[in-house]
Amino acid sequence: MAYKRQTDRLPIIPADATEHNAVCHYCIVGCGYKAYTWPINRQGGTAPGQNKFGVDLSQQQVQETEAWYAPSMYNIVQKDGRDVHLVIKPDANCVVNSGLGSVRGARMAENHPSTTTGTQQHRLTDPLVWRYGSYQPTSWDDAFDLVAQVTARVIADNGEDDLIVSMFDHGGSAGGYENTWGTGKLYFDSMKIKNVRIHNRPAYNSEVHGTRDMGVGELNNAYEDADLADTLVAWGCNPLECQTNYYLNHWIPNLQGLTTSRKEELMPGEAHPNARVIFIDPRRTVSVNAAEQAAGAENVLHLAPNSGTDLALANAIFTYIVDQGWHDEAFIEASTLREAEDRPPLFPARGLADGQPGHLSSFEDAIDANRMSLEEAAEITGVPVEDIRKAAEWIGQPKDDGSRRRTMIGYEKGIIWGNDNYRTNGAIVNIALATHNIGQLGGGCVRMGGHQEGYFRPNESHVGRPAAYVDQLIINGQGGVHHIWACNHYRTTLNATEFKRAYNRRTNMVKEAMDAVAGGSREDLVNAIILAIRQGGLFAVNMDIIQNEMGSQAHVVLPAAQQGEMNLTSMNGERRMRLAEKYMDPPGNARPDCLIAAGIAQNMERVLTEMGLETYASQFRGYDWETEEDAFADGYGAAHPDVTYAALRNMGTNGFQEPPQGVGDDGRIIGTDRLYTDGVFSTDDGRARFMAGPWRGQVTPGKAIEMDRYPFFINNGRANLNWQNWFLDQENDFVTDRWPYPFIEMNPGDMEARGITAGDLVEVFNNNGATQALAYPTETAVPGQTFMVFGSPNGTQGNIVGDGVNELVIPVYKQTWADIRKISDTPMVARGMSFKSKEYSV
Amino acid sequence: MKCNRLVDAGRRQFLRGSVTAAAAGAAATVLTPQQAKAQALARVDYPANRLANIADLAVNEPLDISYPDPNSPGVLLKLGQAVEGGVGPDGDIVAFSVLCPHKGWFMSYNGEDRTMNCPGHYSRFDVEAGGQQVWGHATNNLPQFTLRVDDEGEIYAEGVDELIYGRLSNVLES
Repeated sequence: MAYKRQTDRLPIIPADATEHNAVCHYCIVGCGYKAYTWPINRQGGTAPGQNKFGVDLSQQQVQETEAWYAPSMYNIVQKDGRDVHLVIKPDANCVVNSGLGSVRGARMAENHPSTTTGTQQHRLTDPLVWRYGSYQPTSWDDAFDLVAQVTARVIADNGEDDLIVSMFDHGGSAGGYENTWGTGKLYFDSMKIKNVRIHNRPAYNSEVHGTRDMGVGELNNAYEDADLADTLVAWGCNPLECQTNYYLNHWIPNLQGLTTSRKEELMPGEAHPNARVIFIDPRRTVSVNAAEQAAGAENVLHLAPNSGTDLALANAIFTYIVDQGWHDEAFIEASTLREAEDRPPLFPARGLADGQPGHLSSFEDAIDANRMSLEEAAEITGVPVEDIRKAAEWIGQPKDDGSRRRTMIGYEKGIIWGNDNYRTNGAIVNIALATHNIGQLGGGCVRMGGHQEGYFRPNESHVGRPAAYVDQLIINGQGGVHHIWACNHYRTTLNATEFKRAYNRRTNMVKEAMDAVAGGSREDLVNAIILAIRQGGLFAVNMDIIQNEMGSQAHVVLPAAQQGEMNLTSMNGERRMRLAEKYMDPPGNARPDCLIAAGIAQNMERVLTEMGLETYASQFRGYDWETEEDAFADGYGAAHPDVTYAALRNMGTNGFQEPPQGVGDDGRIIGTDRLYTDGVFSTDDGRARFMAGPWRGQVTPGKAIEMDRYPFFINNGRANLNWQNWFLDQENDFVTDRWPYPFIEMNPGDMEARGITAGDLVEVFNNNGATQALAYPTETAVPGQTFMVFGSPNGTQGNIVGDGVNELVIPVYKQTWADIRKISDTPMVARGMSFKSKEYSV
Repeated sequence: MKCNRLVDAGRRQFLRGSVTAAAAGAAATVLTPQQAKAQALARVDYPANRLANIADLAVNEPLDISYPDPNSPGVLLKLGQAVEGGVGPDGDIVAFSVLCPHKGWFMSYNGEDRTMNCPGHYSRFDVEAGGQQVWGHATNNLPQFTLRVDDEGEIYAEGVDELIYGRLSNVLES
């Protein structure tokens, strides 16, 4: 049965409701929203003077109206301890989304906890401690004391390397400048923790070291560049589902020809032909279908390379463009390295050092090293020669009037979680540099992004490069204490089968030790835990908003607030920084992460002092923050004094684009539309580097064998409806009605051959492990290729991902091969589910 | 986002799908829409409006209707096999709002795979699965109209199971 809320009317926002700036806290796009709150015993009316919109709500409102909100945009929550109505609706005046709401962001209100409406009742409200054989609520003081006692003892005995940390590094919910600073100050300033990893990968590293080492920061353009480009390239990304309103509000209008007047205004005196778009993805996604609807199929090119062959494809496009003379010699001369660096002795297999795996050099060195003919590339990638040539033409060939073609390249996890990440990332940037499409209107070579960003931490260089492969440390029995901030490796790490087995065993050892001293003193308890750690146990402290599978193995669980329940600053994929204001209380006694970090630091100082380690204890001072604004001022605000909560609040949902350039006469922060407009790049000498990185085949350990051994390519990633590891979606009835299990898209012929029908529960298995999903017949799926959504609570895709990583410890989730067998007919919960094509069709 | 070309295409498709039933559709709209007056009830009071007679319906031929008033366009469908929420002797007659619950665009009916498709942002809904959003941006499934068929084969709409786009009360209130 399709889920229906049976909502036949909603309370009307009164004219005097309180308005708050809000930003969607899910994906990187950071759509602007407005949150409205008003007392529970009041409501607006249909007369124009009685509602926030000033319109007659007794009439049907028109398409795209501002004067409507869906039931998912409404809730009853607590604010300052009192019940209030809450509406969170897209902001028509935000330049990012112009009033569009995504299927994720438009559920923000419904995805807050409410004891009144019953939403999100799994949110943590109080600290929990493993006690009496289960989780017992307790006070912050009690929980902090146990965390500090055990952590301080382990560090004092064995050093800081025995404290392993998993923590977010991003913006939006479970992140933001306040919280990355709070945690960063604790682990990188008070301590120098080096065994640390990020929420989505098993080390503390960049996903895109390649472009950064070339001097090209990965978020270098403005979203408006997608309105202005002649050619858009989506490389290893699926923007309609993963950056929805960036795509709908900026790419699609350009493809429809609706931005021509803006092009003429900003870029007069040159041709503005119909925009074209190139998708490079083994899978035909809904993004491709939407582009065909918008631009006509003749302006859409979909290249479907064999898994992991993007480097060959990029090098062939680079070669072809240069051989045609379409590169910008003046720019290359002025803004890039002109003297080739000596190639490393083991080039191209190895770089100068383990942490420097590639060869960054001159344009000439790169074209010499990377040279790849269209025919060779076609052989490797499986993409026809004519399609590769057409892609090169669409990217690099000057326009009919001789002017330079403006091409914007967006790339994401298909590249990042793919084969030979470092060189492939660089090979794509090579194309953008050669054609001078960085720092230009309608240009950019950018990550499309996952979360928003919001990174401000003390220097982390002590972590090293390559950074420690933290999951392997845990699996191999190293570390004694594990602090976890908003991560659930059980659903999202690679080699998850093995990780979970080791993690369960090690944390259970500590649980059993704690159980054995029930009723003992705090000293007895700490001693028992330390003894268990010495025997291979792991003491886990989990900071999160819900009790997830990691938390269910932890010994202390600390409840965090999320955005909207605290003030939070972040920036989106065009570096647009906003303050998302607090509009409600966190549930129960939950706190912002930055203040939890402060509490841990203060207790560490106390305990270390009690242990007689005064000098070390003094490193944990400087956390006397009362609010998240204090943490912001201590971190980001200290580096950028102009950027205050007051200034940001005044700038609403449009904010400013980082980096800040001062304050204008109107008191508004002056931002930076796009980077590198002056041709000076982020290297010591200001000159960008090219990547000399020839095609080397499938280089991730274990992948080539897996590819040969199993019949199905298990491509994987996100779906429109589900954010990240479904941490809130798993309790959202609208979502679980559509996807009660993860889906796996399969070619109908492949299904028939295995006796699988639509909705059957199948097991997906290989030598790494096994998982389950519902078979979703998909006509456009290439035989032998599947796509499984990741992050589901009811089937972890990471169970079957091998442990192979690249030189810099970037996981290669995308390259997975496995076999598939039927487990069951369609489970009851999934009966009535639609299994029709996801592609718009009339 | 504005796209006149697409919305026009959507409207044309919508209207084209209903050409054969134009007379019945018009007949439905001249009946007095028993619009409920504002009342202090916990839920809105839905009118029972005659939409058509079973004899007017052909399998997979969408009929242009509106409910609960002329400003809420909908579609009446006989699908040929029993489906969720279906009425009539074959359990196959259903009706839905045709305003996309995402941004209120007019949707088109795709008779081939029996979905409603939104030209604005490419969402689609399965009329054989209670209006479940197959893929898209709406945060609720497609509002389905509750139907009743009397002994004469007259089809009445008597309720709606989700909030209709563009109104904060399914029955407009003064």
